[in-house]
Amino acid sequence: MAISIESLSVSRGGVNLLQGVDIELKNGQAGILRGPNGVGKTTLLRALAGLQPVESGTIKCSLEDICYSGHADGVKPTLTVQENLEFWANIFGSPSISEVAEKFMITDLLNSKVGNLSAGQKRRVGLARLGLTGRQIWLLDEPTVSLDETSVKIFGNIIKAHLLEDGCALIATHIDLGLENKAQIIDLLKYKATSGKLSNSNEAFL
Amino acid sequence: MIALIIRDLRISVRAGGGFGLSLAFFFIIVIFFPFAIGPDLDLLSKVAPGTLWVGALLACLLSLERIFALDFEDGTLDLLATSSLPLESVVISKALVHWLTTGLPLVLLTPFFGILLGLQNSNIIFLIISLIFGTPALSIIGTFGAALTAGMKRGGLLLSILVLPLYIPTLIFGAEAARRGIQGFETQNSILLLLGVSLLSWAILPFAAASVLRINLR
Amino acid sequence: MSFWEYANPVKFLNLSGALLPYFSIFAAITIIAGISWGFFFTPDDYKQGATVKILYVHVPSAFVAINAWFMMLVASIIWLVRRHHVSALAAKAAAPIGIAMTIIGLLTGALWGQPMWGTWWEWDPKLTSFLILFLFYLGYIILWAAVEDPDTAADLTSILCIVGSVFAVLSRYATNFWNQGLHQDASLSIDKEEHVADVFYYPLIVVMAGFVLLFVALVLLNTRSEIMKRRAGAIMARSRM
Repeated sequence: MAISIESLSVSRGGVNLLQGVDIELKNGQAGILRGPNGVGKTTLLRALAGLQPVESGTIKCSLEDICYSGHADGVKPTLTVQENLEFWANIFGSPSISEVAEKFMITDLLNSKVGNLSAGQKRRVGLARLGLTGRQIWLLDEPTVSLDETSVKIFGNIIKAHLLEDGCALIATHIDLGLENKAQIIDLLKYKATSGKLSNSNEAFL
Repeated sequence: MIALIIRDLRISVRAGGGFGLSLAFFFIIVIFFPFAIGPDLDLLSKVAPGTLWVGALLACLLSLERIFALDFEDGTLDLLATSSLPLESVVISKALVHWLTTGLPLVLLTPFFGILLGLQNSNIIFLIISLIFGTPALSIIGTFGAALTAGMKRGGLLLSILVLPLYIPTLIFGAEAARRGIQGFETQNSILLLLGVSLLSWAILPFAAASVLRINLR
Repeated sequence: MSFWEYANPVKFLNLSGALLPYFSIFAAITIIAGISWGFFFTPDDYKQGATVKILYVHVPSAFVAINAWFMMLVASIIWLVRRHHVSALAAKAAAPIGIAMTIIGLLTGALWGQPMWGTWWEWDPKLTSFLILFLFYLGYIILWAAVEDPDTAADLTSILCIVGSVFAVLSRYATNFWNQGLHQDASLSIDKEEHVADVFYYPLIVVMAGFVLLFVALVLLNTRSEIMKRRAGAIMARSRM
């Protein structure tokens, strides 16, 4: 089991957002988080990535196997694409960046300064980091923002390839990535916290 | 960790303003003292060690806000926090880069600025030594302060208020060492105490700053 | 019944509400008694005249100023380790009292110093340390105010308190080192046990006890109001949905 979440509750701003979340994903599986804005997709993903504490429940998911990608691109405008990718390759101790650059179709951009790229290109550079980490579990928060149709298809294929290599992915997205038959769709509205349920911190004062 | 240091150095060189701003500020402070105190070189040389120390300190303060600001805003700090690099190493790298881009240039230019304030004999070496041992402390203490205010809009003023009291021991020992050296007295104690403060800061503050970053990333 | 039960905010409110009047009254009685004794029933010092009596306010306020920070340090550590909200709020509550005592200590120090040295201020190690303590308090209080989320604020200020304590101790040694040559017995750093004559000593102890009671009373009062503010916030958050 790559990701196993049991009875998880997370909060934001002193109020519980989600409660009793149960998710199980094996290697080779993908999960798609659906739900309206503000339901808690980002909070849940961040909690899994270890960036945020949880109110209650358990997460069985090894932090060393995770690669998190949030709303922001995580790329430096004053550096070239190559320099950005080499930086991440060095941090994660992984192999050459040329393979990854090809996969994400940014080989021709390698020597351009990221600041000169379009939003979609920047996004692709940011996502390329996923291929560099060599980590099994991908936690993706709205990865296809600013990507055009072709790029979305390519990204969908990249995820499929990742799953075939025994990887696992949990993706918050409204977009159809072409994974539907391989992926569990998880509607977070099911786990919406009952109205008025306060976080532990606030609850202590009542 | 080296990768992070190289990347940050690259960014600060390309963004321009990184290096030069603190040096320019240091220069301005140094020139303003004669305007404020009067042109008597004798008097100026008496206050020069302290003045140069305060100038270096304030110039360091100026570039602290930017230590985590960019990485916080563009999500890189989140990514670094989830990577295999421990946050303590991130803090150490950031402090080191701050010293290399602010503290070290200040130290190198001090002999020239010292001349403007009437410090012309070779005893100025003591001022330089005190700055070499003291500015790293300023960088790591400042990095701790920057971590506390990471992500705050307009955290600059708060950053200064938090960091300046923490700078006092370093300033006292550093300026004392410089003063005694220039007047020809024995400096051993001051320099050892200064070194002690620097080493203690580097030993405990990376952990404190890393905890603070984790809290601010929540 | 364990002491830690009172880590529950509601229980703390009840207990502190009951205790507060007693602390306040005893504080008032002790301080008034001590100061009257000290001001009116002790002889004037042969060197300093009646102005030495200002030590009855200066010394206790300085004593509380330092110990308030120490209490904040302990409370901060308890918060970080055991996550007791009352502890975090008690530290937050103690800070304004600490800074007020520091200011009183500095002002009374100046008032005492003026007739003695002819100057309103001396950079002697003790006074300078109090000035630095004032800055540490200031940073702590402003950080609490600058962070919106209460738990984050509690965490950040606790770490600041711990790091600040280390540097405050370093500053104490540094200021001693910095001002070594001028420390004579004419200076203001009168060690209560050594230089204060016996006849001044006992009333001083009484006033100091009074100030400690006052400190406890004020911290209880402030902590209660902090808890009530958080309670109100929690109730509003619940009703907002």
